Order: sequence, then C-alpha cells, then structure tokens
Amino acid sequence: MNDDHLLYLANLSYSEDDAMLRDAMTTFRYQMRLLFREPAWIVVVLVQPLLYLALFAPLLDKLVKGGNFPPGDPWQIFVPGLLIQLGMFGSLFVGFGIISDWRYGVIERMRVTPASRLGLLLGRVIRDSLVLLVQAVLLTLVAVAFGLRVPLVGALLTVGLVLLLGVALASLSYAAGLWLKSEDALGPLLNMISLPVLLLSGILLPMTLAPRWLYRLSQANPFSHIVDAARASFLGDLGNVEILIGLVCAAALAAVGLAVATRVFQRESA
Amino acid sequence: MIQARGLSRTFKTKDATVEAVRAIDFDVAPGEIVGLLGPNGAGKTTTQRMLATLLLPTAGTATVAGCDLLADPVGVRRQLGYVSQSGGTNPMAKVDEELCTQGELYGLSRAVARDRARALRDQLDLHELGGRLIKTLSGGQKRRLDVALGLVHGPKLLFLDEPSTGLDPQARANLWAHIKTVRDRDRATILLTTHYLDEADALCDRILIIDHGKIVAEGSPAELKRKISGDLVTFELPDDGISRATELLAARAKDVTPVDGGLRVTVENGEAQALPLMRELDAAGIKVAALAIRHPSLDDVFLTLTGRSLRDSPEA
Repeated sequence: MNDDHLLYLANLSYSEDDAMLRDAMTTFRYQMRLLFREPAWIVVVLVQPLLYLALFAPLLDKLVKGGNFPPGDPWQIFVPGLLIQLGMFGSLFVGFGIISDWRYGVIERMRVTPASRLGLLLGRVIRDSLVLLVQAVLLTLVAVAFGLRVPLVGALLTVGLVLLLGVALASLSYAAGLWLKSEDALGPLLNMISLPVLLLSGILLPMTLAPRWLYRLSQANPFSHIVDAARASFLGDLGNVEILIGLVCAAALAAVGLAVATRVFQRESA
Repeated sequence: MIQARGLSRTFKTKDATVEAVRAIDFDVAPGEIVGLLGPNGAGKTTTQRMLATLLLPTAGTATVAGCDLLADPVGVRRQLGYVSQSGGTNPMAKVDEELCTQGELYGLSRAVARDRARALRDQLDLHELGGRLIKTLSGGQKRRLDVALGLVHGPKLLFLDEPSTGLDPQARANLWAHIKTVRDRDRATILLTTHYLDEADALCDRILIIDHGKIVAEGSPAELKRKISGDLVTFELPDDGISRATELLAARAKDVTPVDGGLRVTVENGEAQALPLMRELDAAGIKVAALAIRHPSLDDVFLTLTGRSLRDSPEA
C-alpha cells in the first residue's frame, strides 16, 4: 500500500490544466462506455429530427413561394433550424442523467477525489457534444439525400454552432439537475424555458413571417440570432454579419453554461 | 491522523435552524479504527462529511492526514478514501470500469489503475467479477466493491459511512473481517459511522458516542461498558416472590428492574455476585427458577448516558 501511495503521489506531478484535461478524458471514457451500453435514447433523439425532415419539410415548399421568406430553397431554410433544434433538445435534457447519478452516489464518490470539478463536468459535456456531432452530421447527410444543397464551409460553421449550443445547454441542464435533484422539478422547468425559446427562435418558421412586435421580441432571444447565423451559413453568405452575431451568442452561452455548471459542481451540496 | 477542534455544522431551512454537529473535539491516532456511534440524525455522517471535504464546517477547524481541512481540501482528498452509505456505483457500469475510473481520478495511470483494480478484487473476494455489471452483484459483493473504491489509491485514512447497513449477517461478518484486514495489513486508519451496536463492538478500537450533535462519551468498547454499567443479572422468580425479592436485592445491587417473569439487577461483578444473591433469595424462601448473567452492551451505555435506548431510538 505504501508503494502504491508513493506511486500515486508521483503521478500527481501534473500542472492543474493537465490534471483537469486528464480528469475530463477519464470521465468522458467512463460516460461513453455507459452510453454504448444503453444506446436506445440516441436512436430516439435521432429519429425525431428525421421525422421532421420527412413529414414536415415537404409542407414548406408552397409556404416558401408565398412570400416573406428569407432567400433560399425550403431545405436551406428548414435544415439549419432543425440542426439548431437538435442542439437544443439533444442536450437540454441530459440533466436527468445526472440526477440518477447523484442518487446512486456517483457524483459524491467522484467529488471526494482530488479530480478537477471542471474536468468532471467537461467529461460529460464532451460526451454529449460528440453524440450531437454524430447526430448533426447524419442529419445533414440525410438532408442532402433529400435534396439539400449546402456549401461545406456553411455546413461546418453550422455544426460548430450546434456544438457550442450543446455545450451551453448540457452544462446548464447538469447545473439545473444538480441544483433541483428531482426529475419531477427538472422536467417542468426545462419545458417552461424551452418552449418560448423555441417559438421565439424562428427554428420552425422564420421570424420574418412574424408581426412586428413578435419579431422584435425574437431579437432579444440569442437563439434567434444563432438560427439566423445557421441559415446564412447554409446559403454560403459568409460575409453576413448575422454569422458573427450568432457565433458570439453561441460562444457566450457556452461560456456562461460552463461557468454556472462548474460553480454548481463546486458547491458543497452538489 | 485526525484532530478536530470545535467542529460545528448548522443547517438552515425555511422554518428552522438545525445544529447537526455542536463544537466537537476529538483525535484519531494512526492505525486506529474509531467508530462514531449514535442513532440516525445524531450528527455522525455530518461529522464525517465535513472531514471528507464534502461539507463546509460552520465553525471549528480540523487537520486530516496532516492537511488543514479548510486551507488544503485537495490535500485531504488525496490522502483519504471515502465510502458513503449509498456506495456510489452506477448499476450499468462494470466492476473494473468503476475501479479503474476511480483510480484514474485519483491520479493513477491507466495501467496502474488496472493492476490496482485486480489486486483489490483479489483482496476483497471479488476475484472474477471485473467484467460483471454492478446491477448483477449481491449486496455483500457490492458493498465490498464500495470499500475497494475507497481503497483504490492506497489511502492512509479510510472513512466508512454505515458500512454494513442492509447486509445479511453472513455478509456483514465477511465485510467486518475485510475491514479489519485493511487496518492490519495496510496499517490504515479507519473512521466509521454506525448505529449498529454489534458493529461498533466488533470493529472499533475506540468509540465516540454521539447524540444530538455532541460527543457524550468515548473510550474502547470494554472501557465504556466498564465505566458506565456493571453486569446485569436476571433472576426468574415466582410471581408471589417478586416484591420481597425486590426489597432484598435493592440493598445489595446498584439497580433493580422488573422484567418479564422476574427481576434484573445491576451489580459490579456478575459472576462473583450472582450465586450469593441466589442463595440469599433461597434462604428467604424465594425459589429462583433460573438466572442469567449478561455483560452490559453498548446499548446499556447509551441508555445510561442519554436516558433512551439506541435500539428504541425513533431514528435508528
């Protein structure tokens, strides 16, 4: 035991950043193994946007020709919104998983180690981001098969936006889960927040169709700018200032999400 | 190994302020197994969680394994193994996944963590279970895995929170043997909480009896029993002899208590005094049908100190 102890202490000669990344990767590998053991929910999250793609997108064809729609064909308008929706709903509900981990005592077991709190959080968020990445790429490829035409840079920019959104919302969902520690409380909270954010983001239909008061309201919603950025990217309009605004909004949300969640992980009652 | 001074913790709710731990002082020497004994809600787990850096003390200080609890919590975590009451494993994870992950979070390399997992499985009778899902383990196996997770980095100090709660008698005895081995083989210091009298008696070198957030007594199980109580002698008597026997025994015993079918008396040395007392009863014409001598239990100690039985405590 003493030799092991010395060996362990010798292994602690990392810088804090190295240790944080190491803890994040350890947590990521652990979470991935658990994920592959229960992959059913990935299928569920993936099937939902594909259903939108198959059953809702065809309706847009006539609507687009009706006027007030932003430039582009129906797929270029609808698929970016769908990708942002995937980023939102694919990560917003991960907080349920952390509540069961808390109940099993896994969170406390990990918090009593010297592991970095940010590392423990990032490991989970990286897992969620990887899942999002796979889903976003698959969705885009299927949409291309349906008839979508998108420049590669635009698609990559949009996937980047989706990932930033995923980091933000997964972090906030973990924070809310650890804060509430109850599925019964978390569900209504997430629904209460996500519905107005969804309706005011122009994900399903562009906000250019909205009356002036609703359009103004949507401009206060950062998700609306992220959707606009994704649509501009899909059109290949890379000089459009909306892309920059959307990226800044998504990056700011990710930073806020990580900061809030790290704080909650550090809290004594987490 | 542990020095706690004036350690306190208060919880505030909307309606009330609860003083869970009230300015307790205690020391734990290297290599000791020390038990915090008391009913649920007495403050045992709160004390342990403060010392494990999971809760901030409201007041007081402590040094744990040479590290200041408040100034160097990460130092404390490096030296400490902690096994909570709920254990802390995911039922869908495999045994070695949990052991290796925990080892890596303590800073072990992947290869060392794997070796350590194998060694701990061997030491704790989990030999071939490395690839098993945790949900398929028995209660005893799962609890031994919890202990292994606390030992994965070879800590000098191990905290066990209610280690045998929910285990059947055979699994408990088996776990106790392993806990003693950890101390004897690894020279680890162990601080455990329990509300089981037999567990405290069987495992602990020293016991801190804790009630309403305060330490009300401390000592080895034998010292505590010797200091506070005598031996208990129970006489089975005919109904018509009980009142006379009470008068006769009251003059010779510390305490006389009616029990079903007779009387129980507390005397200094049960083995030496039981037969003379029986002869006196016999000489007074009171026939003793049976007698039993019992050494005091920790419950008797708790009863003497707090006025209520640990077994009957509503929270226990």
